[in-house]
Amino acid sequence: MMKLTRSSSTLRTVLRRLRRYRWQIALTLLFAALQVASALYVPILVGRAIDCIVAPGQVDFSAIGALLITVGVITAVGALAQWLMNLTNNAITFHTVQDMRRDAFRKIQILPLSYLDQHPAGEIVSRVIADVDQFADGLLMGFTQLFTGVITIVGTIGFMLSIHPGIALIVVLITPLSLFVAAFIARRTHTFFRAQAEARGAQTALVDEMIGGQKVVQAFGMEDRVLDRFSDVNEALRAASLKAIFFSSLTNPCTRFVNSMVYAAVGIVGAFVAIGGGLSVGGLTIFLSYANQYTKPFNEISGVITELQNALTCAARVIALIDEVPQTPDADDAHVLDTPAGAVELRDVAFSYTPDRPLIEGLNLTVKPGQRVAIVGPTGCGKTTLINLLMRFYDVNSGAISVDGHDIRTVTRHSLRRSYGMVLQETWLKAGTIRDNIVMGRPDATDEEVIAAAKAAHAHSFIKRLPDGYNTVIGEDGGALSQGQKQLLCITRVMLCLPPMLILDEATSSIDTRTEQKIQSAFATLTAGHTAFIVAHRLSTIREADVILVMKDGHVIEQGSHESLLAQKGFYYTLYRSQFAQ
Amino acid sequence: MKQLLTHLRAYRRDCILAPLFKMLEAIFELFVPLVVAAIIDRGIEGEQTAVIWQMGGILVALGLIGLACSVTAQYFAARAAVGSAASLRHALFAHIQSLSYTELDQIGTATLITRMTADVNQVQSGVNLVLRLFLRSPFIVFGAMIMAFTVDLPSALVFVVTIPALSVVVFGIMCWSIPRLGQVQSGLDRVLGSTRENLLGARVIRAFGREDAEREAFDDRNRALTALQLKVGRVSALMNPLTYVIVNLAVIALVQTGALRVDNGMLTQGQVVALYNYMSQILVELIKLANLIITVNKSLACAGRINAVFGVRSSMPIAERPAESGDPQAPAVEFRGVSFAYAGAAEPSLAQLDLSVPRGQTVGIIGGTGSGKTTLVNLIPRFYDATAGEVRIDGRNVRDYATAALRHKIGVVPQKAMLFAGTVRDNLLWGAHEGDATDDAALWRALELAQAREIVEKKAGGLDAYIAQNGRNLSGGQRQRLTIARALVGRPDILILDDSASALDYATDAALRQSLRTLTDTTTFIVSQRAASVRHADQIVVLEDGEVAGIGTHDSLLRDCPTYAEIYYSQFEKEEK
Repeated sequence: MMKLTRSSSTLRTVLRRLRRYRWQIALTLLFAALQVASALYVPILVGRAIDCIVAPGQVDFSAIGALLITVGVITAVGALAQWLMNLTNNAITFHTVQDMRRDAFRKIQILPLSYLDQHPAGEIVSRVIADVDQFADGLLMGFTQLFTGVITIVGTIGFMLSIHPGIALIVVLITPLSLFVAAFIARRTHTFFRAQAEARGAQTALVDEMIGGQKVVQAFGMEDRVLDRFSDVNEALRAASLKAIFFSSLTNPCTRFVNSMVYAAVGIVGAFVAIGGGLSVGGLTIFLSYANQYTKPFNEISGVITELQNALTCAARVIALIDEVPQTPDADDAHVLDTPAGAVELRDVAFSYTPDRPLIEGLNLTVKPGQRVAIVGPTGCGKTTLINLLMRFYDVNSGAISVDGHDIRTVTRHSLRRSYGMVLQETWLKAGTIRDNIVMGRPDATDEEVIAAAKAAHAHSFIKRLPDGYNTVIGEDGGALSQGQKQLLCITRVMLCLPPMLILDEATSSIDTRTEQKIQSAFATLTAGHTAFIVAHRLSTIREADVILVMKDGHVIEQGSHESLLAQKGFYYTLYRSQFAQ
Repeated sequence: MKQLLTHLRAYRRDCILAPLFKMLEAIFELFVPLVVAAIIDRGIEGEQTAVIWQMGGILVALGLIGLACSVTAQYFAARAAVGSAASLRHALFAHIQSLSYTELDQIGTATLITRMTADVNQVQSGVNLVLRLFLRSPFIVFGAMIMAFTVDLPSALVFVVTIPALSVVVFGIMCWSIPRLGQVQSGLDRVLGSTRENLLGARVIRAFGREDAEREAFDDRNRALTALQLKVGRVSALMNPLTYVIVNLAVIALVQTGALRVDNGMLTQGQVVALYNYMSQILVELIKLANLIITVNKSLACAGRINAVFGVRSSMPIAERPAESGDPQAPAVEFRGVSFAYAGAAEPSLAQLDLSVPRGQTVGIIGGTGSGKTTLVNLIPRFYDATAGEVRIDGRNVRDYATAALRHKIGVVPQKAMLFAGTVRDNLLWGAHEGDATDDAALWRALELAQAREIVEKKAGGLDAYIAQNGRNLSGGQRQRLTIARALVGRPDILILDDSASALDYATDAALRQSLRTLTDTTTFIVSQRAASVRHADQIVVLEDGEVAGIGTHDSLLRDCPTYAEIYYSQFEKEEK
C-alpha cells in the first residue's frame, strides 16, 4: 500500500515534469501510430498484389501497379513517421535528462551539509548519473515501445480477424505460449543467476583485497598462495557462470520454437482453408508475415514492463533528491560582510547532530579582532563541530554566533564564508592543474602571486619538482601527491587569498613537525592582525596562540594562555604532560 | 586480442562447434520459405491435402531440429566464453602478481581491479555473442540471397542490389556513431566528475564561495553532453526508417519482377511468396548484426585494455643464478652511492646515500614529508631497484638474490597497516616461511614482542578471532601492532618499521622499542617522524628532500646537524632537556 502510493506519487511528479513536453509526446504517439499502421498495411497490400499473380496469363498488371504505388506511398509515410518519432523521442529524452541533472545539481549546491554528510557521495552521484539515464531511457523508450507494441498487437488482431477469424484465433491463442516459456525459464535461471552473483561477489572481494594489498602480498612473498586461493574462487565462478549463461540463453531458441510452431499451424490450417476457398494465397502470405510480426511485440512487452518499473524506481530516487528540503535560504535583506574586522562572539550556543545526543551546550566565547584562538581537547570534544558552526555549515540549535556584531544567520552565507580562510582536516583537491587548485579563492591571481603563496606555504619546492610544475594535472583525489603535499596545497590555496579570518582544522596533523613549524611561522607573520581559529592535537603548534580554548564534551572547560593554563594544573596540564610522557 | 585468442585455444572444439550448430540452425530456417512455397504451389493450387500435411510436418520438424541445434550451439558457446574468461582472469591475476611496485604505482590498483572484473566480464559476453551470432547473421543474409538464386535468377538480382544497400546504411551509420558514442561517454564522465567534485568538495567549494563558477562549469558540461547526444541521435534515428524504405522498395521490385516472370510461366505464385519471405528474413538479421557489432566493439575495447596490462612487464630483472646466502662477516645492510627516482619523476627522491649497517644494529630514519624515508627502506627488500649505486645485503647486491629468498630474510611493516580477511592466525602466518615455527607458542611470542598480546587475548577466539577485510574491526593502533607481529613471526634477519608506530601512544611506542631491543640478531630500521622513536638508535639517518642531511648518533647529530636539532627541539622543549 505504502509502495503503491509512493509509486503513484512518483508517477504524478514524472507526469508534471513531462507536462512541458506534452505536445511533443502527443506528436510522438501520433507518429508511432502512423508507423505501425504502415508496417501492418504493407503486408496486406503485398498479399493483394500476390493474389493478382496467379499463373501465366492470369496476372493483373494494372492492379499490381496501383497496389505497388500504394506500397511506396505507405512506406514513405511510415518511414517519415518513424524518423520524426525518433527525433522527437530523442529531443524529449535528452532534454528531460538535462533538466533533471540541472535541477539535481542545483539542489546539491543548496542542500544542508548535514544531508551530504549522511549520504555517501557515490550514492548521490549514481542518482544524478545512472538513475537519470535509466529513467529517461526506460520511461520514454519504454513508453513508446509499449505504445507501438500494443497498437501492433491490436492492429494485427484486427487485420487478421478481418481476413479470417478462425486462423486469427489460432495465432492469438498459441502465441502467448512463448511468454509462458520465457517466464518459466526466467524463474528457473533465477537461482543460477543468484549463484553466479554470489560467486562473482566472492571473487571481486578477493581481487579487491589482494590487488589492493598487492604490495603487502609481495612483501611477504605470498604470491603463490594467493594465486591458489584465486584459482578456487575462479573455478567456482566459472562453473556458476556456465549454468547461468547457458540456461538463460535458452529463452531465445525456445520462444523462437513456439513462434515456428505458430507459423507451421498457420501454414497448415491456412492451406486447408485456402483449398476450401475461404482464403486467397495472398491472404495466407499476410497471415504468415503477421504470425512472424505478431509474436515480436509480445516478447518485447514483458521486457518493457520490467523496464518501466525500473524507470519509475530510478525516477523516485532522483525525485527524492530534487525534492529534498534545502538549507534555509539567505534572507533578501541579509547583510553582506565586507572585510570584517574579525570580532567573533558565541553566546549560549547549543548544538547536536542528533537530538538524542547533545554535543555542544552553553558555549560562550568572545574573540577580539586579530586574536589567535587555539582549540584543544580530546577526540570527539566538539572541535570540528565548532568549525561547522563558525562557517555555518550547520546552524546552531539555540544561542547565536556573530561576526562584527552581526548574527551570522542574518548575513549572506557567501560573504560569511569568503571572510574565512579554511584548511580542513580532510584535504580536498579538484581534478585539474596544481595552479587551478591554488587559485580557487582568487581566480585572477598572477603567476607571481601564486608562486609567492606557494613559497610561503613551503609548497613551492615540491611543486617545482612535479613533471609539469604548476601545470601538472592532478586527479580528483590529488593523485600521486602525498597526504602532506595535499595539505600544503590546501594551505597555499588559503595563503593566496588570505581572508580576514582563518580556520585551521588539524590541517597539519599529517605533516611532519618540521614542515609544520615552518608553516606555523609563515602563518604567524601572515595572520598578523587576522582572527584565527586553530585546531590541533599537537600542543607544540599552538603555544603561540593568544587564547587557548580547552574543550571537553562540548564545553569550554578552560580558557587562557599557555602559561596560565599550565599554572592552573587542570585538564590542559594533564593533556600537555601526556604528550611528552617518556 | 592476442591474449584472448591464446585462452580461446583451449576451447578450440567449442569455438568450432558453436558456430557450426548455429549455421545448421540457420540452414534449416532458410528452408522454411521453400516449404511454404510448396504448400502454396502444390498443396493449394494442386489441391493435394497430403502435400499440406507432409509440408506442415516438415515445418514442425524444421522447428524441432532448429531448437536442438540452437540449444547445442548455446551450450558450446557458453562453455567457451565462460571457460576462456576464467582462464584469462587467472592469467591476468598471475601477471599482476609478477609486477613490481613501480608498475603497480603506474597502473594503480583501482584500474587493475576494474580490468580483473568488469572488463573480463565484458569480454566474456563478447565471446559468447560472437560465437552465437557472428556466423549466423551473415549466413542468413547471404544464404537468403543464394536461396533466391536457386528460386529465380532475375528476382535474385533484386537481392544483389538490396543487400549492399542495406549494409551501407546499417554499417555506415554504425561506423559513424561508434566513435561518437565514445565521445558521449566521456561527456557523461565529465558531468559525473563535476557532480562528484561538488559532493566531496562541498565544504571547500562553499567556503571559497565557488558555487556559481561550479554551477556554470556543470551547466556547460551538461549542455555539451545533450548537444552531443542529440547530434548522434539525429543520425542513428535514420537507421530504421532508411532500412524500412530499402526493404520495401526491394519488395516492390520483387513483386514487379515476380509478376512478369509468373506471367511468362517462369515462376509460380508460391515462389514469389518464398522470395518475399527471404527478403523479410534479411532485414531482421542485419539489425541483429548491427547490435552485435556494438557489443563486439565494446568487448574489443575491454580486451585491448586487458592486453595493455599484459603488455606491462616487471621492470625488475631477475637474477640469473640467484645467490642463496651471503657473507656472514659483511655488514647486514649496505648502501653504496644509492640514488633513486620514481618513474616519471623529474628529480630523485633519494640521492647519493652511503650507509653501512652492521648486524644487530638499530637504524633510525627521520625527516620531513617527502624527504625519502620510505623510499630508502623500500630499496632494501627490492620493492624498487636503485637507479644508481647498489644496495647490499650480507655483502651481496640485492639483485643477485632470488626475490623470494631475499624477502624471506626481511620482515616489513608497511606504513599503511593492512590486514586481510581471515583469522588472526591466518594473518600472522603470512609472515612465516617454510621451516619457521608456526605453533601457537611462536605466534604468541611474536604478538608479545609487538605489544599485541592483550589485543588478541581480549578477542573472543584468541588466535582464531576473525579479522574483517583491511582490519576494519580493529583500531588503527591495534592494526599496527598486529602487522608488526606478522613481520616478527618469520624471525627476520632484517626488520623494517616504516612509520608503523604512528597510531600508538607514547608509552606503547616506548615499550615496543624496548622489546625490539631484545632481538639482538635482528638488524632493525625504524622510520619515524618522532624524534623520540629514533633517539636511542645506533645510527640515525636524517633526510631532507631526498638528500642526506646527516648520519650519526643522537648526540653527535644534535651537535652537528642543524636539521636534526631543529626537528628535535620542535618536539622537545630545550629547557626540559
